[in-house]
Amino acid sequence: MSGGYGGLQELYGEVILDHNRRPRNFGRLSGASHSAVGHNPLCGDRVAVYLRVAEGRIEEIGFEGVGCAISTASASMMTEALRGKSLAEARQLFESFHALVTGAPATGVTGDAAGHAAAGGAAELGKLAAFAGVGEFPMRVKCATLAWHAVQSALAASGAGSGSVPPAGDSS
Amino acid sequence: MSGSSSQVQSPAGAGAEAIAAAASTPATTLSAAAPATPPPPGPSYDLARVRADFPLLAQTVHGRPLVYLDNASTSQKPRAVLEAIACCYRDYYANVGRGVHRLAQLATGGRERARETVRAFLGAAAAEEIVFVRGTTEAINLVAQSYGRSRRTGLAAGDEVLITAMEHHSNLVPWQLLCEERGAALRVVPIDRHGELDLAALGRLLSPRTRIVAVTHVSNVLGTINPVAEIADMVHRRGAVLLVDGAQAAPRMTVDVALLGCDFYAFSGHKVYGPSGIGVLYGRAELLAEMPPWQGGGGMIETVRFEGTTYAPPPQRFEAGTPNIEGAVGLAAALDYLTNLGLNAVALWEGRLLQRAAELLGAIPGVRLVHLDLDEPAARERAGLLSFVVEGVHPHDVATVLDGLGIAVRAGHHCAQPLMEVLELPATTRASFGLYNTLDEVAALAAAVERVREVFA
Repeated sequence: MSGGYGGLQELYGEVILDHNRRPRNFGRLSGASHSAVGHNPLCGDRVAVYLRVAEGRIEEIGFEGVGCAISTASASMMTEALRGKSLAEARQLFESFHALVTGAPATGVTGDAAGHAAAGGAAELGKLAAFAGVGEFPMRVKCATLAWHAVQSALAASGAGSGSVPPAGDSS
Repeated sequence: MSGSSSQVQSPAGAGAEAIAAAASTPATTLSAAAPATPPPPGPSYDLARVRADFPLLAQTVHGRPLVYLDNASTSQKPRAVLEAIACCYRDYYANVGRGVHRLAQLATGGRERARETVRAFLGAAAAEEIVFVRGTTEAINLVAQSYGRSRRTGLAAGDEVLITAMEHHSNLVPWQLLCEERGAALRVVPIDRHGELDLAALGRLLSPRTRIVAVTHVSNVLGTINPVAEIADMVHRRGAVLLVDGAQAAPRMTVDVALLGCDFYAFSGHKVYGPSGIGVLYGRAELLAEMPPWQGGGGMIETVRFEGTTYAPPPQRFEAGTPNIEGAVGLAAALDYLTNLGLNAVALWEGRLLQRAAELLGAIPGVRLVHLDLDEPAARERAGLLSFVVEGVHPHDVATVLDGLGIAVRAGHHCAQPLMEVLELPATTRASFGLYNTLDEVAALAAAVERVREVFA
C-alpha cells in the first residue's frame, strides 16, 4: 500500500508480512532445555517458545502458537536472531529490541535507528530494525515483545524447568 | 476507497435515505418492547443535522475523515449533553439532598428531574425505582451484593443463578463471586448455531433452585436481541427474579420495563450518548424496598447512632456518598436527545446500516460474518452491530489497518471470553453503529476491509 496511512506501511513492511506468511522455526523443539508460554489476553495471542541451551549458548530455538502478524513475525525473526547467541548477548538483544519498539532510549541503542548512539545497536538488531514502526502503535508493543518476554521467562526459570509470562492485563 | 467516502451527506440525501430505510427495513426493535403502532420514523431523522450535533465527529484521523464504528464500546456526545454538564458546573452546582441554600435546592432539583427523565425513558412506574450508579457494571454488582446476600432473598448453598453464554464479563463475574461466596451454582444457558438464545434449554435449566436469572437484552458481540418478555414469563413461573443487562439495548431500541416484565434493568450513560461514570439500575419497588444497603455512608441513612443506623428508603438507600451530579444531568440530556430523535427511528436507521454492512462485508471473499445471516429469519432482528473475521488475518491486524484508514472498530474478545470459546474464535473484529453513522461510512468500512485483504494477501 502506498502513502502514509498513519504509519501502516512502516508497521506492516515486507519483511514482517513475509515472516507472518511463512514463520521460520515454527514447531515444538524436541529436546528443549527451556520453554515458556506467553499469553496476551488483550488479543488472545499465545506463543510457546522452546530453547536448547548448552554451555551458556542458545543452540536451537523454535516457537509455536497463534497470534497477530506482529507477534508471529516477531517470534519468527527472534528465533533467527537468537540462534547461536550467548545468554548475555540474547539479553542485550532483547533490551535493544525493546527500546526499538517502545521508541525509548536504552543502553547502547536509541529507538530511532538513525540516532546518534544507534550505530552499534542498529547493526546488532539487523533485520529486527523492521519493527521500528511499532513505536507508532503503543497498543501493539506487547504483540512485538510477547515471544521475547516468553524467552526471558524460559531462561529465568533455571535448568530444564519452564516459566510462564504474566498476563498483560484485561480489556473491557 | 474514495477520499470523500466518509463525508457527511447532504441533508436531502440523508433524509431520503432515512425514509427509504423506514419503508424497506423490518423493525429491529424487540417486538414485545415496541408499541403496537410504531411512530413514523422517517422525515424527522435528518442525518446531516444529527451529525452536526456531535462536534467530535468532524475530525480527521491519520489525515482521513474519522469513521467511528465503535459505538458498542462507547458513544460520542451531542452538544446538548456537553452543554448540560457545563451548565450544571457553571450555574447551579452544589451538593445535593442536604443543604437548604439556593444552589443546593437547584442542584438537587436538577438531579431529581434527571431521575424522572430516566423513569419516563424506561417506562418505570415510579422515580423511586431508579437508582443512580456508576454504570451497568455497578448496577449488576449492586443487585448481586444486596439482593443476592440479604437475609430474606440472599442465596443459600445449592441455590442456582442462571446466565447465558453471550454475557459480557460484567454480567458474569459478579454472579461468580456471589455463587462462590454462598455455595450456589452458576448455570449457563447455551446459544444455538444462529447466535440465538436456546429457550428450550432455558426451560430445562430453570428449577425450583433457580433464584436469579441474568440475561443481556442485546449481545455486545453478536447483536442478538433476546426475547426478554418471554424469558420474564418463564423465570417468574419458577419464582425467580430476572435481571436484564441493557447496556447495548438502551441506545438502540425502545425499552419499556413494564412491557418487558423484568425485575431489574441496568444500563450505562456513556453508551446512550451521555457521560461516563453514570448509569442506572431500575428495580421493582417491592424488591428494592426489601433490599439492604450495599455501601454505607452519607445520604443513605435515616438516623445514625453508634448503637445502630436506620436506612433511607430506595433509591437513596443505594446511593451512599456525594453522587455524580453533573453525570445525572448529562444523562438526562442524552435521554432527551434520544427521545426527541425517536428510539424507533434510531433502531430503523441502525438496522439499515447493519443490513448494508452485512451485504457489503458478506460479499468480500474470505470475510465471514459471525453468526449473522440475514437470510435466516432468526437473524433478521438484530441490533446494529456485527462481528466478522477475515480469513488468515488476526482481528488486531484488521483493526490496525482500519485505524490507518481513519476507521475506529473494536478487535478482541469484547469482554466476552466464554462466548469466544463457544464460537471457537480467539477474537473478532466488531463494527458497531450509532445513530450518526452513514451509509457512506459503511461503504468505507467495506472498502477498508478489502484493503486489509490486499495487505495480507
